[in-house]
This record gives sequence, C-alpha cells and structure tokens, in this order.
Amino acid sequence: MRLSVKHLLGIRDLTRQDIEIILDTARQFKEVLQRPIRKVPSLQHITIVNLFFENSTRTRISFELAEKRLSADTINFTAGGSSVSKGETLLDTVNNILSMKVDMVVMRHSASGAPHFLAKHIPAAIINAGDGINEHPTQGLLDAFSMREKFGTLEGLKVAIIGDIMHSRVAMSNIYLLKKMGAEIMVAGPPTLIPQYIREAFDVRVEYNLRKALEWCDVANVLRIQLERQNQVLFSSLREYSLAYGISKRLLDSLPKEITIMHPGPINRGVELDSDAADSKQSIILQQVENGVAVRMAVLYLLSGGRELN
Amino acid sequence: MNEQQLAITIKRLSHQILENHVNLDNTVIIGIQPRGIYVSDQVVREISQLIAPVQVPYGKLDITFYRDDIRKEILLPNHTDIPFSIENKNVVLIDDVLYTGRTIRAALDALLAFGRPAKVELCILIDRRFSRQLPIQPDYTGKSIDSIISQKVKVLWKQRDGKDEVVLL
Repeated sequence: MRLSVKHLLGIRDLTRQDIEIILDTARQFKEVLQRPIRKVPSLQHITIVNLFFENSTRTRISFELAEKRLSADTINFTAGGSSVSKGETLLDTVNNILSMKVDMVVMRHSASGAPHFLAKHIPAAIINAGDGINEHPTQGLLDAFSMREKFGTLEGLKVAIIGDIMHSRVAMSNIYLLKKMGAEIMVAGPPTLIPQYIREAFDVRVEYNLRKALEWCDVANVLRIQLERQNQVLFSSLREYSLAYGISKRLLDSLPKEITIMHPGPINRGVELDSDAADSKQSIILQQVENGVAVRMAVLYLLSGGRELN
Repeated sequence: MNEQQLAITIKRLSHQILENHVNLDNTVIIGIQPRGIYVSDQVVREISQLIAPVQVPYGKLDITFYRDDIRKEILLPNHTDIPFSIENKNVVLIDDVLYTGRTIRAALDALLAFGRPAKVELCILIDRRFSRQLPIQPDYTGKSIDSIISQKVKVLWKQRDGKDEVVLL
C-alpha cells in the first residue's frame, strides 16, 4: 500500500485511504518519539530543504525536528537575507538549490498555489507547509490525528471551526480532511470573516453565534485572528471581536457538556482564547504540537520512497 | 509440520530458553512484528505457566524503519510496544522464519534505541539453512530445513490463517 500522490500539496488531492495511511503511520512514529533514543535511520539517504518564504516558528521547528528524527540531511532557507530580496524568481531559487542534489522540498509561501506551481516544474517531492490562504495540509493532518487520538474515530464527530475562516488555510485543510473522514463540520465567526458561499461549496453548517456553536460541537478548533492579513476592516476592534467571539473558561463551564479546545497557534491570548481557557484541562493545544512532529515524520517517510542508489 | 508437532516444538523452545535463563529476573522476551509475535505469544504463555506467578517482561518490536531495502520500497510499519528498558538485560529475540538474516540485522539495530542489552539471543521456529546473506545464527531452533531459494516457507497460525501449520511451497 502506498500513497496515491507524489507530493503533499493539499488535503484536497488525498483519498480517504491516503489519510488513513498517514495517520496510522504517524501513530507508529509517535511511539518512536517515546523511546530512550528518539531517532530512526530511515531517511539517511535523503536531503531535504526547508524553504520558508513566510514567518513560522512551530511549523519550521516541527518539520526540522521530524527530518532529524528520520536521520535526513537538512538545509534551511528563509527569505529574509537571501537572494530573493535581489529579485531572484521562485523557480530559479529552487532550481539552484536542487542542483546541489536535494530530494525533497518543504515550502511555506505567502502566494496560494506556489507549491503546485513548483510541483509542475521540478522533480523533487514537495510538501506544502502552508500556501497563502489555500491549505496547510500537515496542520490539518495533525489536527485530525489529535482528534482521533482523543475520540477514537472522526466518523460522526462534531467539529466547530471558529474565527477567521476567510483567511485561514488551516480551516481549508481541516474542512477537506474532516469531510473525507465523515465528521460533521460547522464554521462559526462574524459574517465578515466567513466566505459567503461556503455552505454551498463545502456542505458545512454556518453559525454566527458563538454560544450556539459551542453547544453543538464536541471539538472547537479555534483559529488565530490573523492580524497580518487584515488589510480591510472586517471587525471594528480586537476588543469587540473578543467580546463576541472570544472563548473564556467561564463560557466553557456554562456549557451543557465538556468540549475539547484546539488551536493551531500562535494564540492571541485574550482575543480568540482567554488564558484560563487555553491552559485548561479541556485544551489539547500542546498535544497538537507534540503530534505535529510524528505526523510530519509520517508524511516525509511515506513520500521519500522508491529511490534506488546508483 | 502439523499442529501437534508445532505445539511440541514451541514447548521445547520454551523449556530451552528457561533452562538457559534460570534467573529470569534479568531476561526479557521480544517478538518481531508482524509474524514473529505468533511464536513469541505462545512461548511467553508457555513460560508464564512454568514460572507463575513470576512474569517475564514481554515486548513487540517492529523493524520497518531499520530495513536496508527502504530505499527501494516504502513499507507501512506495525506497532512497537516495549514498555521497559533493555539496559543490561538478557534479550531473547523471537521470529518465525530465519532466512537471509536481514530482518535480524535490522532488529539488532532497532533494539539499541531501547538501551544496551547485556546479551542478545535469537530463537527461531524455522531455520532455512544455507540461505543466509549475513553472519547471523540462531541460539534456539525449532526446526532446520534445507530449501532452495525459489521455495517459500509459510508458517500458518490459527488466529490468522485458520490452522497451525508449517508448509514448504
């Protein structure tokens, strides 16, 4: 059994079986990470470049750690301080790096579709680490892994995705993935941050009232308000957003059942999530980060295949 | 090899292991995934009955990430479950068929992630002699057979294949 794809560009391209293979393999890698020696030699013949054209802490560290735990050689590239500022094109930058014999590319880029463009032009396996407002597939996978770990299955699970749906690649990857795995999805947030036709396009529930969304769901995946992407005024102030859509421990305690809180990070504490809610027992935010390494190991391992030595 | 012969052989292997490890408090048993655990499950059950109420630590090891042919083909891993340290322990590795020796080579590598054992022994149900590609030999052998490379040895188990049997194809 192998994946139906050569690259991980988005969850959109994966089959349900692909997702199951990745999540099952990630479970075995999670065990590897508990061993006294947390490293396997599987990718010692592989060189990976991490191309980050956009800021990142969690994702970049998580990928780098995953690569090292698999014994791959890694090169890190960040756009600041590179020849990108001298006007080199994306394809030229990547081709120059590939001519130094690199097997896999992990890329984050602010332009939606940048990894898809690259996949058409270069022979290396490409893993999308977030492209613009399109997808963030490894985040979707680690969210699914964390939910499956907690609830056993995704089938029939009620997941509310709350916040800035419009600008969120995490929301897109979550919706594609949860849909394929048979979960029920609701998106919630202010009308200005929810795309108008999302109900028709993805067959998801839409809710503008936070309390109603929380009462409905088993899991609330709370998104970050992306201050860097707010070039229009979509809500009047952070304080107003926080009053209408911020989740506090008091609100959680007033719900009829205990729900699970997730967040892809970094948290704007006091905006979408209060500190006492983020640090409560109901939150699995730090488990998500831990699972991220195992999920990325699984993706890298599964896409590294079939390279004979010459 | 039919069901009865298989049961007797497993019993003998269990007694031999016990004979060499009288002081079982420093010994651990590890079965190799996926098919070695059918042998190790039975050996552990047998030994447990003999030494009850003492329990011998028992783990399962998957070697997929340590294979030397990983460059050719990506295989999906099975579960590893070794909930104890093997530092300074006597480890008895158990597998169903010993053929080229490459699986055991990978298992010896994989074991190191769990500590530095005092000693490692190998217990094998079926030893295909004269087909080794690495200098690896078993310490406990259920049955040695001479087979040519084009032949296949299949060990069938009731839980999985409906009957206990060893066949040469």
